[in-house]
Amino acid sequence: MSHDPLNVITLVSVGAHPVTGRARRAEQDARAVDLGLSLAGKELHLLHAGDPQAEALRAYLGMGLAEMTVLQQPPQADVLPALGNYLRHAGAQLVLTGSQAETGEGSGMLPYLLAEQLDWPLIVGLAEVESVTGGVAQVLQALPRGQRRRLQVRLPFVASVDNAAPEARQSAFGPARRGQLQQQEVAVVEDALLEEAQLQPARPRPKRLKVIKAKTGAERMKAATAKASAGGQVLTDMTPEQGAEAIFALLRGEDVLR
Amino acid sequence: MSDIIRRDPRSEWIARNRLHPLHASLQALGASWVGPSGLIRKNPHAVAFVGPNGLKRIDRSGAQQGGGGKRASISAAAQLPLHIIEQPSFHIVVVPDMVGGRLSSHDKDLLGLASMLAGSEGAVVAVVFGEHKESAFDTAGVDRLLHIQGEAFVGYTPEQRIMALRAVDDQLAPRHWLFPDSRTGGGELGRRLAAKLGERPATRVWQVADGQCIGRAGAGQQDLARRAPRLILAAAECADPVGETRHEVRAIELEGTLAHSLTRIDNLGAVAVDPALTPMAEAEFILSGGNGVRDWELFHQAAEVLGATEGASRVAVDDGFMPRDRQVGATGTWVTARVYLAVGISGAVQHLQGIATCDKVVAINKDPGCDMVKRADLAVIGDSTAILQALIERVSEYRQGDLRDVA
Ligand SMILES: Cc1cc2nc3c(=O)[nH]c(=O)nc-3n(C[C@H](O)[C@H](O)[C@H](O)COP(=O)(O)OP(=O)(O)OC[C@H]3O[C@@H](n4cnc5c(N)ncnc54)[C@H](O)[C@@H]3O)c2cc1C
Ligand SMILES: Nc1ncnc2c1ncn2[C@@H]1O[C@H](COP(=O)(O)O)[C@@H](O)[C@H]1O
Repeated sequence: MSHDPLNVITLVSVGAHPVTGRARRAEQDARAVDLGLSLAGKELHLLHAGDPQAEALRAYLGMGLAEMTVLQQPPQADVLPALGNYLRHAGAQLVLTGSQAETGEGSGMLPYLLAEQLDWPLIVGLAEVESVTGGVAQVLQALPRGQRRRLQVRLPFVASVDNAAPEARQSAFGPARRGQLQQQEVAVVEDALLEEAQLQPARPRPKRLKVIKAKTGAERMKAATAKASAGGQVLTDMTPEQGAEAIFALLRGEDVLR
Repeated sequence: MSDIIRRDPRSEWIARNRLHPLHASLQALGASWVGPSGLIRKNPHAVAFVGPNGLKRIDRSGAQQGGGGKRASISAAAQLPLHIIEQPSFHIVVVPDMVGGRLSSHDKDLLGLASMLAGSEGAVVAVVFGEHKESAFDTAGVDRLLHIQGEAFVGYTPEQRIMALRAVDDQLAPRHWLFPDSRTGGGELGRRLAAKLGERPATRVWQVADGQCIGRAGAGQQDLARRAPRLILAAAECADPVGETRHEVRAIELEGTLAHSLTRIDNLGAVAVDPALTPMAEAEFILSGGNGVRDWELFHQAAEVLGATEGASRVAVDDGFMPRDRQVGATGTWVTARVYLAVGISGAVQHLQGIATCDKVVAINKDPGCDMVKRADLAVIGDSTAILQALIERVSEYRQGDLRDVA
């Protein structure tokens, strides 16, 4: 990997354990921290907007950082203006975030809104930064099904990290204790959404039933006896070459030959 | 059609078989009716049908078995009623993912939600970028199709697409924007548009009813209920797909030309990833071998040439030809490949369960009657070794042709 030292800021939030709901480091944010560490080493900055007393934040420091900045915000605040204002003057070249928070609304809108506010480009699903030369970064974007796409983007930019990024390193207890949470007082903006919307425990979603829309008995009979797939084309009595040609045509048509 | 009366033994047989699904469509109409005086009238000529031996027969059991001597054309697929919206009072715009150029099941659920929101007044508009292979927009519930084509929309071009969608927003001022909240495009495009328009979207929505919507929040342990906003990113199975009506799919155009935006993200193309390293459950293209593979060296070579992830049936694994973690099926991995190429696999239920969600199944098998051939969209009957060899040659040839084109 070849790049000049980068000024990277990773945004971190407080996560919740999927089973117990206990506060912990958020999975995707930890991956973003790991990626930031591989780019900027100890120079990585961590930023959180929220409660500076939150113990779960220390888990990020335990990944090998001495301090992080916390913009003090009450629980019901809209953190976007605070984060945007801070980042505008922080001189960062790359801002890393997770793609969805584990607590609160978790709409995954924060990186998009931040990029819009700063007027920076946004890379979704960052997997790896390959190189940074002359203010242009070459990065790999993770796609579904394990695929990767190479993109080129001008600094500074915002990038969100999802579960396809490399697994985050463990958090060590000692450094987590010793690390400093630097708190800053900033203006507070109330989030309007929570006035009209309510959070409630998740209801299990109804399972979709296979509904047979039949008006006559014969149609019902047909629906009950028909095979799931009506069966496709069957090629018999042909040379292997013709068979291979047919398969090849289908693979081309489905665009799976790369 | 000519008036020559031809016998059609198959339709006669169907007409006699009351359990056959097409039985009703072959019944002669007007065999009996209520006359002007109120008496029931019968046409004795229509009562009879032609039996298997060619003689006219009358069924006196009461079960009507007509069919007549003349061939009745079977219209198996009943035409669904056409839903026409001439002057829509509002628009619901859907931007489907179109994975592989077709509507995915997630897209269809979303179109179902859209036509629910549109009711009888509004029109459902689908915005499709670039080439597509879909032919069933009508039964999926698309009233208007806005097909946006051009160089600028090929491949991964989120910024240009957002420009186009903003133009759509100006032109139609849709009451709702619907996106699939998926990793294959909709989730990203919807959020980008939301940020651009300054609309706060509802995400991971799984139910919309009476102007309220419910979506998952946080890590999935909570729900967020709120008034349905203009922009909705909906999860799969958010509503039932359209099934009862056909829609017009009338083409509409974007007015004015799109301003070319300065692109800040350059797409340098897909990166070759080693298919052997992709987890099988996620792999897009799987070459799977079973007891009918005679030459395993050739099988591995084929997987490499095709760029496919390898899978296997249980027999191949038990016999030691493939590692255990490659087994597909009930006791192995449930795969979701778009294309599943099964070589010498008979298609036992335990195996078919594992590939239930695969899109296209191709079978290479010696036995035309086996279950895998019945499941397959394309089956080639013959010896696996010979066909694999021919396939390797064909694909290598294509790859070399490609290289020559580049040079
Ligand atoms: C509890 C239980 C769980 C199971 N779970 C699984 C599971 O998870 N996954 C799984 O795969 N199986 C599973 N099985 C096993 C399953 O029932 C079948 O035995 C197995 O799938 C058959 O594998 P096969 O198709 O490779 O072999 P076979 O059934 O022997 O089929 C071989 C096929 O190859 C064809 N053939 C032969 N020679 C050639 C040739 N030269 N060229 C082309 N075609 C040729 C034949 O026509 C035949 O169709 C399970 C069984 C049990 C009891
Ligand atoms: N209070 C916060 N402080 C810092 N970063 C945050 C905060 N909330 C969310 N983020 C970041 O934004 C990402 C997406 O959050 P969200 O849009 O809330 O789903 C998270 O993964 C975090 O990286």
